[in-house]
Amino acid sequence: MRDVAVVASAHSAVSATTDTPIELLIPVINEALANAGLERREVDFWCHGSCDYLVGQPFSFVSAVDALGAWPPIVESHVEMDGAWALYEAWIKIQTGEADTALVFGNGKSSVADMFRVMALQLDPYVEAPLGTDQIALAGLQARMALDAGVITERDMAEVAARSRRDALANPVALVSGEVSVDDLLAADKVRDPLRAHDIPAMGDGVTAVVIAAGDRARSLASRPAWIRAIDHRIDAQRIGGRDLIGVPSAVAAAERCGVGGDRIDVAEIHAPFTHEELLVGRALGIDAATTRINPSGGALVSNVLMAAGLARIARAAETVLDGTADRVIGHATQGPCLQQNLVCVMEGA
Amino acid sequence: MGAVRCAVVGVGQTHHTSCRADVSIAGLVREAADRALADAGMTMDDIDAVVIGKAPDMLEGVMMPELWLAEALAAAGKPVFRVHTAGSVGGSTAIVAAQHVMSGVHKRVLAVAFEKQSDGNAMWALSVPVPFSMPVHAGAGGYFAPHVRAYIRRSEAPGYIGAMVAVKDRTNACANPYAHLHEPDWTLEAAMESPMLWDPIRFVETCPSSDGAAALVIAAEDVADALPGPKAWIRATSMRSEPTMFAGRNQVSPQAGKDCSAELWRKAGITDPLREVDVAEIYVPFSWFEPMWLENLGFAERNEGWRLVEDGVTDLRGGSLPINPSGGVLSSNPIGASGMIRFGEAAMQVMGNAGDHQVDGARTAVGHAYGGGSQFFAMWVVGAEKP
Amino acid sequence: MSNEAEDVLRIRTPIGVDYAWSAGRRSSAYLNGLLEGRLIGKRCPSCTRVYFPPRNGNCPMCGVLLVDDDVEVGPNGTVTTFCVVNVPFLGQKITPPYVAATILLDGADIGMQHLLQEVDAADVRMGMRVEPVWAPREDWGPTMENITHFRPSGEPDVDFTDYAGQL
Repeated sequence: MRDVAVVASAHSAVSATTDTPIELLIPVINEALANAGLERREVDFWCHGSCDYLVGQPFSFVSAVDALGAWPPIVESHVEMDGAWALYEAWIKIQTGEADTALVFGNGKSSVADMFRVMALQLDPYVEAPLGTDQIALAGLQARMALDAGVITERDMAEVAARSRRDALANPVALVSGEVSVDDLLAADKVRDPLRAHDIPAMGDGVTAVVIAAGDRARSLASRPAWIRAIDHRIDAQRIGGRDLIGVPSAVAAAERCGVGGDRIDVAEIHAPFTHEELLVGRALGIDAATTRINPSGGALVSNVLMAAGLARIARAAETVLDGTADRVIGHATQGPCLQQNLVCVMEGA
Repeated sequence: MGAVRCAVVGVGQTHHTSCRADVSIAGLVREAADRALADAGMTMDDIDAVVIGKAPDMLEGVMMPELWLAEALAAAGKPVFRVHTAGSVGGSTAIVAAQHVMSGVHKRVLAVAFEKQSDGNAMWALSVPVPFSMPVHAGAGGYFAPHVRAYIRRSEAPGYIGAMVAVKDRTNACANPYAHLHEPDWTLEAAMESPMLWDPIRFVETCPSSDGAAALVIAAEDVADALPGPKAWIRATSMRSEPTMFAGRNQVSPQAGKDCSAELWRKAGITDPLREVDVAEIYVPFSWFEPMWLENLGFAERNEGWRLVEDGVTDLRGGSLPINPSGGVLSSNPIGASGMIRFGEAAMQVMGNAGDHQVDGARTAVGHAYGGGSQFFAMWVVGAEKP
Repeated sequence: MSNEAEDVLRIRTPIGVDYAWSAGRRSSAYLNGLLEGRLIGKRCPSCTRVYFPPRNGNCPMCGVLLVDDDVEVGPNGTVTTFCVVNVPFLGQKITPPYVAATILLDGADIGMQHLLQEVDAADVRMGMRVEPVWAPREDWGPTMENITHFRPSGEPDVDFTDYAGQL
């Protein structure tokens, strides 16, 4: 395997904007390239993660090529997945030896429709999707199972929210932040029993872009690259009633393949739009909250840019290596109803 | 550090037709996957990862359907990866799957692509009006017809070339049991009488709407060597993209296609494609794209592609470079799968598995797909010999 | 009991989602221009080519955002290529047959698609000069539909070599 590292990243997120997806992409891509000190022409491979259903238009990703200055033509690909999987494809591409550098990005405009409703259109079209449920209700089902099983408590969930909002004070693209007491959070009414407002993500419009590079190229672009030591993703069967919603087996499997259990993890950025998801994924990955700093960025809970939030977790984890505050970190991404598909990326400073 | 050598060791596809009411989307996809696995002598237990491709989700109305399909494919617990690069997606999916092996990350990868057009309304989905703009857009035919007109004008090709390609592909399809359209009776005269749908594109020069799926099993060299059956060694892959529209864009022969094929030939060590390639499956949804792509791919000089058609060079029997012996997209078009069918048919040719539409002695074959506004290109060269 | 249940092979499950669509702020001059009966494009600050409409607010070749360099184009233009649509389909807003033309407006560097009428389809030519026909002013909104269609202007055809680079 070639040594490949995250060398730079950039993010944007706002609650709602009338800017087009292209207008949102250009400054973030430029910033990521500038942070890496890389010219567009020096990008060997581009990979994009987005989803037509978030836009309401087929081929919506096609116009994103406009943002790349793709002239002369470029080597480029697109996944109908979170941008974290675009990073995975770029990592694969670099492993083949056909590229040394790649820019990957994920983007979404959550403000254009009821995205909690849209996300439920991922369900089986014959039996489950026609029921007309939404993502919050599905999350509620999962949280209820975990609560009833005694695996988590409502206080645990509120503590995730309080910690995330406190950490978000230092994140310029967080959409909610502040000091709140767990007791105050627990005093609020339930929005969708057992979920309260603080358990549900703040939805955003925005972009995350990440530059990765191989070997010496990475060393020339960053003084402390975040070397990808392992990356793996797995999927569970989707049917809500037909899988282990509490154990999240695909996250367990991906973590095992990445050897997560081996050494200390300084930072884990867990892609968990809902509070209970952070707790369940933390368990599945074997993260010890006593020794691992979880979601120092505030996580997807405070800034949920669909199709970018998973890539953002890898980027945020990598940034703690790049700035020298951590040595061994995990970026995690998920997609599909109730944590169906999970990706784990282990990065190290040396 | 070189990439791991790999080969196509199994190819499968469904019988393509206008409406597969007998199976769900899951059943359709599974059918192609099972055939590819059987062809490779494998089961899903042998497969390390699955790469799925399809065109826009709105064609069937299921968002990110691979999430739901993972179970039907017996892929739970494995990596499942979803590619979407517009019409080129079937080809891109095959390439991304190959790269999963070339990278050394996996040994045996299943690539699957599908479209079940009868579950939705593709013409609607491809023509959703954009606010503030003039709603003249009329599906893919309406989009590509002006470029065809530009090609005819610029190349001064005779008006019957499109009809010649149509008759050839519809005739070829009769030798392919999986093809959607089996119409043996077309003559050039009848084709010229076919009604204009998107003038200058005639009805017979237009692809059908199909339900269908295709699948490939791609294996690393050590795995492939241990298998008894024929293989299609992947000699080179290439992808290129450019924006949909920009000032001065060559929409008849896009630069991205030229760059993509130039890289393909270089990587495969091919210096004279017309002589060195035995057969090509290229993405021709409207018949005029055959001469247009012959030029774009470097098989013919600018404005000369139609002469290869007229001279019979691209015929299945007697031609030195048969194009689309399977009948092509013009005879079967499950959109998301169409590119993978091209890549799979190319593999079948060099494996000697193409049955009645086998090109005798085919050792080197090309699979080609394009998508968007002729802006995304995916290509591969496969060979009977290990590169 | 009949076997009806066994015969159900397909179900219809209509799904509706409402989306808000943004043109983007770099399209404001273009859309405001349409309210005044003017055709306003934008010049790329990098390569100086004029885009009408200013698609997505950027220059796809340069990958840079368009700024405030507004350029009035047209109103007349040249048909670079066209298609005669004879196909009816769900959601279609214009009754076939109709001529969908790619029109290069004077002063613009990229063609745009519009409807061509007041001419027999058989008489439409590449290189034909055309002019816009506007809807009654009281019906105008921020849309290209303010122009109901283009029609031949009577000017002499443009030579093929003068627009071949646009194809």
